[in-house]
Amino acid sequence: MTDTLVASKTLLDIRNLKMYFPLTRGIVFQRTVGYVRAVDDITFSIERGQTLGLVGESGSGKTTIGRTIVRLYKPTSGEILFENVDLATLEGVQLRRMRRRVQMVFQDPYASLNPRYTIGSLIAEPMHIHHIGTSQQIREKTEELLRVVGLRPEYIDRYPHEFSGGQRQRIAVARALSINPEFIIADEPVSALDVSVRAQVLNLLQRLQKQFNLTYLFVSHDLSVVRHVADRIAVMYLGKIVELADRDELYAAPKHPYTKALLSAVPIPDPKVERKRHRIILAGDLPSPINIPSGCRFHTRCPMAQQICREVEPPFELKEGHEHYSACHFAAQVTPLTM
Amino acid sequence: MAEYLLEVQDLKTYFRTKGGGRVRAVDGVNFAVLPGEKVALVGESGCGKSVTALSIMRLVAQPPGEYAGGSIIFEDQDLLELPEREMRKIRGGRIAMIFQDPMTSLNPTMTIGKQIAEGLQIHLKLSEREAHKRALSLLEQVGIPAAAERVNSYPHQFSGGMRQRVMIAIALASNPKLLIADEPTTALDVTVQAQILELISAICKEFGTALILITHDLGVVAGMADRVVVMYAGKVVEEAPTDELFANPRHPYTLGLLSSVPRVDEKRQAELRTIEGAPPNLLHPPAGCPFRPRCYFARAICHTMPPLDPLAGRPLHRKACWPDISDPKEQAYAERRRLARIEGQKAAISEAASGIRSLELEGERK
Repeated sequence: MTDTLVASKTLLDIRNLKMYFPLTRGIVFQRTVGYVRAVDDITFSIERGQTLGLVGESGSGKTTIGRTIVRLYKPTSGEILFENVDLATLEGVQLRRMRRRVQMVFQDPYASLNPRYTIGSLIAEPMHIHHIGTSQQIREKTEELLRVVGLRPEYIDRYPHEFSGGQRQRIAVARALSINPEFIIADEPVSALDVSVRAQVLNLLQRLQKQFNLTYLFVSHDLSVVRHVADRIAVMYLGKIVELADRDELYAAPKHPYTKALLSAVPIPDPKVERKRHRIILAGDLPSPINIPSGCRFHTRCPMAQQICREVEPPFELKEGHEHYSACHFAAQVTPLTM
Repeated sequence: MAEYLLEVQDLKTYFRTKGGGRVRAVDGVNFAVLPGEKVALVGESGCGKSVTALSIMRLVAQPPGEYAGGSIIFEDQDLLELPEREMRKIRGGRIAMIFQDPMTSLNPTMTIGKQIAEGLQIHLKLSEREAHKRALSLLEQVGIPAAAERVNSYPHQFSGGMRQRVMIAIALASNPKLLIADEPTTALDVTVQAQILELISAICKEFGTALILITHDLGVVAGMADRVVVMYAGKVVEEAPTDELFANPRHPYTLGLLSSVPRVDEKRQAELRTIEGAPPNLLHPPAGCPFRPRCYFARAICHTMPPLDPLAGRPLHRKACWPDISDPKEQAYAERRRLARIEGQKAAISEAASGIRSLELEGERK
């Protein structure tokens, strides 16, 4: 199914994507009094078979991007080119057909699986929705899917409450795989799991990626996890991508002060390293996405901010290095972290 | 012998279930805290770390909970023996606690200032005016900007990080000797987490407050704690000074935890090491060592529970494990079992994957 597609390397190409949510006042005569600019003019692409990690703090818009790509929201403007088909404007049958190729795994496996369904019917549901297979075939495939995520096929008629968090997340992955998607959006897939189980699910996702040549958009707030799974990493702040680079380059030579501060704040499980580290403590909290600061939206917390940062929004553009994008007036002055 | 501020001895906290069973949430826990010392209690959800903390505060609801044994000695008193009236003076007085979720632990109908002042009036017998003044200075101490205005705000007007600062201010109000922080930064973003951890450290240092930090995040432990107590399935499985524990873990569970977390400062390994399986059900814990079913080092002897004993020549480093996991022979045995398991898993995946590929479902896109 996938071997004919080696030619086109880019699977997903997002251009100038905007997702604004209106803020309304009044009950009968609703009027729009403003917008939450959750995703504010974002451009990036993902190559087939690769993993793009999307990191950011809560409220940065990373989940909204994922949900907009599968068109759970209709974007305000911009293009979502999936193999040159624009998902942003598709409707009806065409949209549903494209949705077969993009699946999603959510953060909380306790909330994303309906407790009244057996796990067999949960996994098979996408096949039913897309009218794939006879019931005999579906059952056979569901058993194989259970096996592929490391669960026993005998579990097929059990209910979600009989499984632990890690097992439930495996079930969610099996469901996502059931209609042979090419692209999977994993929204914080391991954040709700315990440390010892987290590694199991991360390994499973990697093994499946190799096995089925999957492309991942991996959304997470955890920079250590993202460094482990992603080939390229995009860092979000208040609805914008502020930096995008190859995994190791981003960590070795960040070109945005926010990335650097984030990296310096992640605790490292090694007391000797921790003692020597210099931590950049950002002042204050994330500003509200309703009142985004003027100029560079990070200037209110940025240790490097100058007058120009308050007035002029820095463009998101190529900087020195390999395909290294950053939106900072002083990208060249950002020094590597001392670790 | 050092003078401990707090000594938890063989603590057992059980919960009755409706079916007549008993969940052994905390099952014979031993550890101690020196004055001014920062001890981390580490483990996964359900390992009993929070119940241990709640037991120290005597906040476990009875029923369904019960203190089935052991003692908690704090400043020469057994907290489990104290009448509730006495306990109330200690709770929020000599021992204070901050919780994971600052959204739910503050009262939404009271101003921040009132909530801080409440403790001061009760524990330090301050007048309302004095308490209000002190509340203001506490808010300044924990780094709330424009404290004079914010003192009359309500919790919903604060962000998550700010609310946690308020919680810390409340905890500090009565100059506690011991601060228990139960996952204080788990609900917060990394940049805010860094702020809060720094604040807790600074405060402990300034006032000589001892800290019990409950967390599942080994990174947080590495940066904060003097000593670490690792819990698994209601038991302490290893205990050591922080540097020693990270450099020389001697329990397979600790080793597994340390090697299963990806590090932000390291290049990617091909695959993470994992601890297979899931923690046991504490209603029916396995016989012997609770970690045995998941342990690559396990031998027949592990069907008997190992004691928590100090290592030879290292009195501060204790472990509850029979095999010596630093022995190359044991390591080779464990590694063989680990690789066999991974091989099995990978074979199962590719077999199932080819099964999926060979299934030609009707209506499927070719």
